[in-house]
Amino acid sequence: MARNQAKRPLAGLRSALAEVPLLGWLLGMVAAVIVEYLVGAPLARALGLGRVPLLFGVDLLFKSPLLVPSALAYMVLVYVLPVGSVALVTRPLANRAAEKLMALSPVVSVLVHVAVFYGGLHSWALLNDYRVLVVKLTLLAVMLTLSLNLVNGYMGEFSCSHPGFMALGAYTSSVLTVLLFVGSERFGPALLPSALGPFLFPLALIVGGLVASLGALTVAIPSFRTRGDYLAIISLAFMLVVKSLIENLEVVGGARGFMGQPDWAGLTTVFIWAVACVAMINSFVRSTMGKALNAVRDGEGAAEAMTVDTRRTKMVTFLFAAFWAGVAGGLYAHVMRYVNPGGFGLQKLAELLAMVYLGGLNSVVGSAAGGVGFMLFSEALRPLEIYKWIIIPVLLILVMIFRPTGLIAFREFDMVSLVRPKGAPTRRRGVPHVAAQD
Amino acid sequence: MSLLRIENLTHHFGGLRAVKDYNLVLEPGQIRGLIGPNGAGKTTVFNLITGVYRPTEGRILFEGRDITGLRPHRIAALGISRTFQNMQLWRHMTVLEHVKVAQYSQITYGLVGAFFGTARRRREEAEIERKAYSLLEMVGVARWADQVVTNLPYGVQRRVEMARALATEPKVLLLDEPTAGMNPEELKEMIDIIRQVHDRLGMSIFLIEHRMRVVMELCEMVQTLNFGEVIAEGTPDEVRADPTVIEAYLGKEVEVVA
Repeated sequence: MARNQAKRPLAGLRSALAEVPLLGWLLGMVAAVIVEYLVGAPLARALGLGRVPLLFGVDLLFKSPLLVPSALAYMVLVYVLPVGSVALVTRPLANRAAEKLMALSPVVSVLVHVAVFYGGLHSWALLNDYRVLVVKLTLLAVMLTLSLNLVNGYMGEFSCSHPGFMALGAYTSSVLTVLLFVGSERFGPALLPSALGPFLFPLALIVGGLVASLGALTVAIPSFRTRGDYLAIISLAFMLVVKSLIENLEVVGGARGFMGQPDWAGLTTVFIWAVACVAMINSFVRSTMGKALNAVRDGEGAAEAMTVDTRRTKMVTFLFAAFWAGVAGGLYAHVMRYVNPGGFGLQKLAELLAMVYLGGLNSVVGSAAGGVGFMLFSEALRPLEIYKWIIIPVLLILVMIFRPTGLIAFREFDMVSLVRPKGAPTRRRGVPHVAAQD
Repeated sequence: MSLLRIENLTHHFGGLRAVKDYNLVLEPGQIRGLIGPNGAGKTTVFNLITGVYRPTEGRILFEGRDITGLRPHRIAALGISRTFQNMQLWRHMTVLEHVKVAQYSQITYGLVGAFFGTARRRREEAEIERKAYSLLEMVGVARWADQVVTNLPYGVQRRVEMARALATEPKVLLLDEPTAGMNPEELKEMIDIIRQVHDRLGMSIFLIEHRMRVVMELCEMVQTLNFGEVIAEGTPDEVRADPTVIEAYLGKEVEVVA
């Protein structure tokens, strides 16, 4: 009897939570951020933490394990309770709002959701510079993971050249911005007024992406003539060539690196690029043209017999993936405002592969999860220094053994159904039904 | 003008002569068969027609156009589709996705549509999906549309492959042992499906078979291939009665049985 009674309110809570639309959760997130601003610092002191836990307490995991219970208490009080209660309380309101937005236009609804999410993320990060940096790097990690997943997951080839593409994008866009808008000892004074810079910055990033695609072409032409391990070998060689090329190129500082990039890669900029990247790749892999990629992977002969131009499909995908790696590299250079060729080596490759394979092959959702998860994990392991590079590969091996396709494989975002209001079916009647291919 | 015309086709794998002086004339709407013992070169003929191999000698004319040496996806897009002996379905994809991807050459929205999701793409994707469902219904597998193919029974997989081959809108359909590994009941169903598809869509069909029963029921004309050469050609009854065929093909089986 007693157990039954204890179960019922829990079941009630679960069904209530099931009725919370995405908008409700986002409102909860905004509320949690506000709570943190108001009571975060005094609460952290009262719990003996000294200061607000910066990354949900994961940064304390190995640095000061004794503080973890306090950090957990902080998490519950500042994040879990506000998010949960606001999501529950506002659920009728949020459902009605989501319904109105959907009736207006699914595109508008998606944009509003993204904007609210960004509002929450931005204010959360703004509390501390470290958070801003980690959020930026995480967004870049998601872009890189996703673009690599396109080749290694969706297309089923094994490419190792992503750090090389990043480096091409990073150096191209850095040289462009420094040469045109900043000026340096080597390049002389700026060629264009620096006020124009922020407007032309996207162009510099795109040029960086295109140069990366050009590099990809030199890998693709010899490797896509036949199937097999050629791509893995040629792309690995390509990455090493790019690295040593930059190391020996004195114009861009050689092995010492290249600095002086303008501070234009703010959180908003990075976020917008990341959203564009995820949206474009998500759209591509859900189209029939994108599905042809899976057909090439699962049986190239059959794909050709079914009219799929396999060479073009592979080429386009590889260049597209390289483009986004180049853009992410350009953003990375402007986030750190310093790049050196050592940062685009085997260790970067290992990181990227770990993110792809942990997150899940052939999966946009998995790539996002892999990028975020890996970054958090990697921040948690930071105090262990070099031992991090023992733990991460071991983890990767475990994933490969117990879940060979990764944590969340084969899943894309269906934004329109994500932002749909939830709850009683009668409430959904007013919502126009949209085909799954949107 | 005949739909498909093959003249003096010869193909060597290194020193091995797989096909020699092969000729074929396929008229619109005709159903023809190709039989012969294992290793006779039947599948090689299919691979030559569909562009998987480039013939050593000879030429292939499709609707009067020389298609010898074109890449396989171009030949498929022109209107020659096929099924495979071992099916070659895409193991991570759903039934519906199979039939959608096979319409690849009919997509016109291009990369812009693929990357940005234009109105044109939405229109075309809706059309592709509609057509996919109608083909799946024709071969009777629509209720498995959202299933990954590897989870399905063998007979269903065979039909999915048939729907996929039809999605390319073929004028000539090459079937490579469509009833391989089927029990008598499935075999009867497959014969019905082939006949139905032929009646409804009216393409020419050229099929490789091992079972005489299928050939007898479906084909107007049959060729017998042995060691890469046609040793007999005629109606199924003529071919069955031909002593060279019995020696090369049926005779051998008697020996094995004995």
